[in-house]
Amino acid sequence: MLYRENGQFKTSYRADQQIFPIRQDRVVIVAFLALAFVVIPGLASEYMLRAILVPFLILSLAAIGLNILVGYCGQISLGTGAFMAIGAYAAYNFNVRIEGMPLLLSLVMGGVCSTAVGVLFGIPSLRIKGLYLAVATLAAQFFTDWAFLRIKWFTNDSSSGSVNVSGLQILGWHIDTPADKYLFCLGLVCVCALMAKNLVRGHIGREWMAMRDMDVAAAVIGIRPVYAKLSAFAVSSFFVGIAGALWGFVHLGSWEPAAFSIDRSFQLLFMVIIGGLGSIMGSFFGAAFIIVLPIVLDNLPYWFGIPVDTALASHLTNMVFGALIVFFLVVEPHGLARLWSTAKEKLRLWPFPH
Amino acid sequence: MGFFLETFFGGLMAGMLYSLIALGFVLIFKASGVFNFAQGAMVLFAALAMARFAEWVPHWLGTDSKLLANGIAFVLAMACMVAVAWLIERLCLSKLVNQEPIALLMATLGITYFLDGFGQMLFGSDIYKIDVGLPKDPMFLFEQTFPGGVLISQEDLAAAVIAAALVAVLALFFQKTSTGRALRAVADDHQAAQSIGIPLSRIWVIVWSVAGFAALVAGIIWGSKLGVQFSLSQVALKALPVVILGGLTSVPGAIIGGLIIGVGEKLSEVYLGPSLGGGIEIWFAYVMALLFLLFRPQGLFGEKIIDRV
Amino acid sequence: MSVHRPIGEVILDVQNISLRFGGVKALTDISFNVREHEVRAIIGPNGAGKSSMLNCINGVYVPQDGKISFRGQTFSHMNSRQVAEMGVARTFQNLALFKGMSVVDNLMTGRNLKMKTNIFQQAIRWGAAEREETANRAFVEHIIDFLEIQAHRKTPVGRLPYGLQKRVDLGRALAMEPSVLLLDEPMAGMNVEEKQDMCRFILDVNDEFGTTIVLIEHDMGVVMDISDRVVVLDYGKKIGDGTPDEVRANPDVISAYLGTSH
Repeated sequence: MLYRENGQFKTSYRADQQIFPIRQDRVVIVAFLALAFVVIPGLASEYMLRAILVPFLILSLAAIGLNILVGYCGQISLGTGAFMAIGAYAAYNFNVRIEGMPLLLSLVMGGVCSTAVGVLFGIPSLRIKGLYLAVATLAAQFFTDWAFLRIKWFTNDSSSGSVNVSGLQILGWHIDTPADKYLFCLGLVCVCALMAKNLVRGHIGREWMAMRDMDVAAAVIGIRPVYAKLSAFAVSSFFVGIAGALWGFVHLGSWEPAAFSIDRSFQLLFMVIIGGLGSIMGSFFGAAFIIVLPIVLDNLPYWFGIPVDTALASHLTNMVFGALIVFFLVVEPHGLARLWSTAKEKLRLWPFPH
Repeated sequence: MGFFLETFFGGLMAGMLYSLIALGFVLIFKASGVFNFAQGAMVLFAALAMARFAEWVPHWLGTDSKLLANGIAFVLAMACMVAVAWLIERLCLSKLVNQEPIALLMATLGITYFLDGFGQMLFGSDIYKIDVGLPKDPMFLFEQTFPGGVLISQEDLAAAVIAAALVAVLALFFQKTSTGRALRAVADDHQAAQSIGIPLSRIWVIVWSVAGFAALVAGIIWGSKLGVQFSLSQVALKALPVVILGGLTSVPGAIIGGLIIGVGEKLSEVYLGPSLGGGIEIWFAYVMALLFLLFRPQGLFGEKIIDRV
Repeated sequence: MSVHRPIGEVILDVQNISLRFGGVKALTDISFNVREHEVRAIIGPNGAGKSSMLNCINGVYVPQDGKISFRGQTFSHMNSRQVAEMGVARTFQNLALFKGMSVVDNLMTGRNLKMKTNIFQQAIRWGAAEREETANRAFVEHIIDFLEIQAHRKTPVGRLPYGLQKRVDLGRALAMEPSVLLLDEPMAGMNVEEKQDMCRFILDVNDEFGTTIVLIEHDMGVVMDISDRVVVLDYGKKIGDGTPDEVRANPDVISAYLGTSH
């Protein structure tokens, strides 16, 4: 009975179209953001900030990017790791080669470079679909793996093959402590998530979904398939590229191409599937799930008092992972986001059953 | 010239090994329309089973005979693969029948992770040896024509022969037996096949078991050559371009595609590689696949994909 | 308020269109025209090529021979987007709705050509994109009122009953503000009441907005009642063209399609 829409009449289309039309949702979101921005940096431990929250934020952003491509536009991509790598290395090169390059601009340029390559690898999508497109994106993955390993220019001729970035700062604010990094990522991810949400509820988002649902009908309404697909690749790669740059700059500090390998691509795909295809909120859910799950599985035996060696724990993690993927696909193909909205539906009627 | 031939033959042999894995892909796709990302994991699982059973059987039975140990291990490993096939069909395939192919593909990704963990949990995660008596010494051919002769690995040659035999057996199976016919019917149209009484679940278990058999053979050969270790499941990723090149529905295509990729990789590594900084093996196969996808997506021998509007 | 507009000049002219799929001749040398503001029906037995004809006009199929003129401009083959921009909209026999989206969103996709803000404006949303979205939403709401589907605005289209889905299909075409509306069996699968509603909508659209209607339909009662002129196709060839009365009396049409009472 708390979660009721009764009495909330919308008197303008603008009000009806807003992101959170139900007042209770708006209240919760504001409270949540206050918690995230104000309370957590003060209360959370360094470990929590550094090892859980920051990766969660960055991977959520990458998941949002992938979700735009796979969930909203229906194009499969197994090469997300490659685009993260492009974002990271591009941002690195801008940062290192241009004197006094502002941090935000480096990150954005990382996104832009990733966009350019994303559009390029989106071109096959105009001719092939489904599995075949997946293979094409794998080509991108392996090619960039090799390129960042072998082409010395990308790593600024680093002898060890890895690059590092330090001394991040914006207008005098030095981003050193885990709390600083967390706030920086939080701010950036919030802005990007808002932009993504605006895009998917605007007419470009509808174009993407139309292409996903029925491309012939879309063409007849006047949607240009080329523009729709390539714009999906472009926007998706932009967010993934920024996420990659953040991953390298803020989370890792120093990295090698292996940080963006095919395992990362699969991990992001799982986040999107489990979180919910075609849902921005779902991207966050999926990222949280995938990040928290290994930690829970690692620690579960200890909580139950059963000692388990790390090898066995990692095998179990893989098994549970795999089983959960299949489970979600069978039981709720729309992922955690759908479970969430079903729960909210039930909550609207609570305490009545229907 | 001798060096070229060596590289060429080496490529052919490597290609045969890819083909062995690609065969599993093609089988499953041909008969159930599912693209089985988990084939590599199946190869690893099968190889692990084989290696460990071959180790354990002598302890259980107290014999010393290699032949007996390997023979029983083979049977046990095959039994495992059938069990895996049955589980996959029951828990996964039958429930996802109505969903889009993308969902099935992603499910096989999930199965990959599961099998990786499960196999290593059951059988251990060290590097194991498989010794089925494949000859290990290299041979030298054409010693008259080229000084020193051309180096051919006997093991690879044996693998090629086995692979060819496997293809022949599978081709016969599909064409001549009634089960094979049923499999082809299912591949064409699930509903129509069901309506004439073909039991879909049983067919799928058979298909995945046969693919499991192909995985076991591939696992034994790869394992004998490289040792059974985790990286084996990554080899499956190499087999994907083979299948694209040869055509997803063509058994001979898997062989020809494998040969082309194998030779192409080796030759390009040796002759193109140095100018590009080396290590281009990683992506050569995939870029070839990409080119095919753009210009001839059905591969060399596959059926033309008609995108019905 | 309805204004009965007099039937105007030829707006769509189909000239000698032939369409083949491999060895199968779907359309052979079809010519007919459509005048502005009229209701033109295309009838014929199943497989006669009616939907294929609409697909040619829309750019979904490319005919091997012949030309299509729209408002005086002639094309040997149409490009879907061009056709949409020129003001031709259509519904599909098998409903080509976007199942994953709500009714409102489906109708809003019809407004796609009218929405001009670029990606950056949409990403920011505040300002130009919001205004454009709201303005188009207001337009789409008029269509929702017109088609009486207010209660189902936010429902995902896939969950609606067939008759309502047909209305959404029509609504999406109307959202494009077309000057020519191609309707492919809009009343298929409907009961008497639903058919009456659909007829009413079609006639209202023709009356209020002056939209030219090209209609494929099997229900002879409907065709004879609401059309101004009729084209009859059989096995890809034209066997009749004229007013409903003329066509009804045409012996070829009777033997091929209408049948005689025994």
